[in-house]
Amino acid sequence: MATRGALRRTYTWIASHAPWSAWAWRNTVFATAAIPPALPLLLGAAALVALPGHTALPLLLVLALRPLLTLLQRSRFRTLLGLEVPPVVHEHRWATVRGLAERLRSESTWRQYGYHLLVSPLAAAGAAVLVLTWAGGAAGACVYAWFWVLPSDGELPAPGWTAQYDAITGLGVLALLAAPWLAAALTRIDATAAAALLGPNRARELERRVEDLAESRAGVLDAADLERRRIERDLHDGAQQRLVSLAMNLGIARATLTDLPPEARAVIDEAHREAKEAIEELGSLVRGLHPAVLEDRGLDAALSGIAARAPLPVELTVDLARRPGSTVEAVAYFVVSEALANVAKHARAERCSVHVGRVADGRRGDLLRVVVTDDGVGGADPAGGTGLTGLRKRVGSVDGTILIDSPLGGPTTVTVELPCGL
Amino acid sequence: MRAVIAEDSVLLRIGLVKVLEMAGFEVAAETGDAEGLLAAVEEHRPDLALVDVRMPPGFTDEGVRAALMIRSQYPGTAVLLLSQYVEERYAADLLSSRSGAGIGYLLKQRVADVEEFVDALRRVAAGGTALDPQVVAQLLLRRGGPDPLERLTPRERDVLALMAEGRSNAAIAAGLVVSESAVAKHINNIFAKLDLPPAAEAHRRVLAVLRFLDGTP
Repeated sequence: MATRGALRRTYTWIASHAPWSAWAWRNTVFATAAIPPALPLLLGAAALVALPGHTALPLLLVLALRPLLTLLQRSRFRTLLGLEVPPVVHEHRWATVRGLAERLRSESTWRQYGYHLLVSPLAAAGAAVLVLTWAGGAAGACVYAWFWVLPSDGELPAPGWTAQYDAITGLGVLALLAAPWLAAALTRIDATAAAALLGPNRARELERRVEDLAESRAGVLDAADLERRRIERDLHDGAQQRLVSLAMNLGIARATLTDLPPEARAVIDEAHREAKEAIEELGSLVRGLHPAVLEDRGLDAALSGIAARAPLPVELTVDLARRPGSTVEAVAYFVVSEALANVAKHARAERCSVHVGRVADGRRGDLLRVVVTDDGVGGADPAGGTGLTGLRKRVGSVDGTILIDSPLGGPTTVTVELPCGL
Repeated sequence: MRAVIAEDSVLLRIGLVKVLEMAGFEVAAETGDAEGLLAAVEEHRPDLALVDVRMPPGFTDEGVRAALMIRSQYPGTAVLLLSQYVEERYAADLLSSRSGAGIGYLLKQRVADVEEFVDALRRVAAGGTALDPQVVAQLLLRRGGPDPLERLTPRERDVLALMAEGRSNAAIAAGLVVSESAVAKHINNIFAKLDLPPAAEAHRRVLAVLRFLDGTP
């Protein structure tokens, strides 16, 4: 089956190169279209020969026409071949000094010159050969027909079979058969050269895309961060204040309405207690979103708040000369908050220490390092547990790294490093 | 006793006025920002200013800055700050501004426990202190290295923490469920361990608390 398939593919391929196939004609049209864009250079070269004194002129012409030539070539590839050669994007506009300098420095400019000065004239020459092959082939293959078509007024030799005419006919047919292959080869070489020379540098392009992606991700993160802050502020100034006010009014009722029946008192007491619990819950929700103190006073103050609320003694050291970016601060805060919650829930620890500091890293610039250590039972598994997975994701979102060292029997150390530059 | 209130949430302000009146204060002025507060203090010279930390226009620490200004310019006015979150640095700033009048720093949600809040209001107006337990917990945490506080037993630290909140001996005894004489004994031990020679009782209390708060004698 496989050989049959392969055989059929081979036949199909050969058939597709028949002189009457659409493919052959498309390639031919495409290859022939290489001639007009090469004309300026050819004319320039001709001028060079004709006017030896003005050597710089034709070169300058091609130099100046580069954008137009590139445009023409891209349009030729797109329209005739359906091949999209991506444009090279420049930061500055053409007509400015900076734009010009950028183009002169850009290696893609010089690759384009390479195409216009070398490949384009060669392709034009190839196209000329191709046209000759088609024309010569057609003329040769039909050599006997000429006797029928043309009037025999004596100029031409009399009709008749000769070995010479047989050979011409054979060669003509061969040329007709060969022309599609030549067209295909020219197309292929031209397309390969264009992809390599006319388009943008792939590695450079990838680099640029990575940069773009990093930038847009930072934008998304910042937007999410901003949104969290907005929600925090809304809750803070809205719902939380109302709840406090409600709880206070219930407290006032409790304190002043002393002659109520016990059932009513119990109801007020219950409502008061629930309102206070709601304040607590809302408070921890708001802190989890983005604590106001983090924005106002930075990590040191915000972390001391979590440390104070932790159910076990936490020794906190924050050693930061200047504040990292707000997104990084938010992630560091989340890391400590989540890590302490994990310690409280699972570690059965006696005490815990949190150290936050800046370390220099040659590869990634400054890093914010957060180390949370507890003297608990250890055995924290990064694979299980939503807490640790959440940590990992949040740290990953800013290209941070997390290392969890937790042998059975403890102690557990969670080390998180976040690039400060973000 | 006259008081002024600076709180930007109208709802809360109405409630606070009620509580202050319950506690026997006359509310001379209520305002929503720090500027209004300073003007009100200038005008009324109240015994107590009840101040929200986060106020317009910046919604950061306007209240704290206004409180510090009141303490330096109007030493007769006691200040009780209300905050959404605990920040020991605010407390330290306020306590180091040594003015004769009382000082308090409480979480906003504490106003829900009206009786305790009234108690704190009266204490501060009378020249005492009222620190939020969470502030105290944070201050306690930050003590590191060799420290006279290390010599205190856990029980004595509990007592000192409650002293720092501004509680009386009776309140401390009630809070820890011990007798008042036991509290007095603990307090004497604390004074001894912190090298505070006998002097006026109240003065030593303040010194002990200050030492507790900033770790320096």
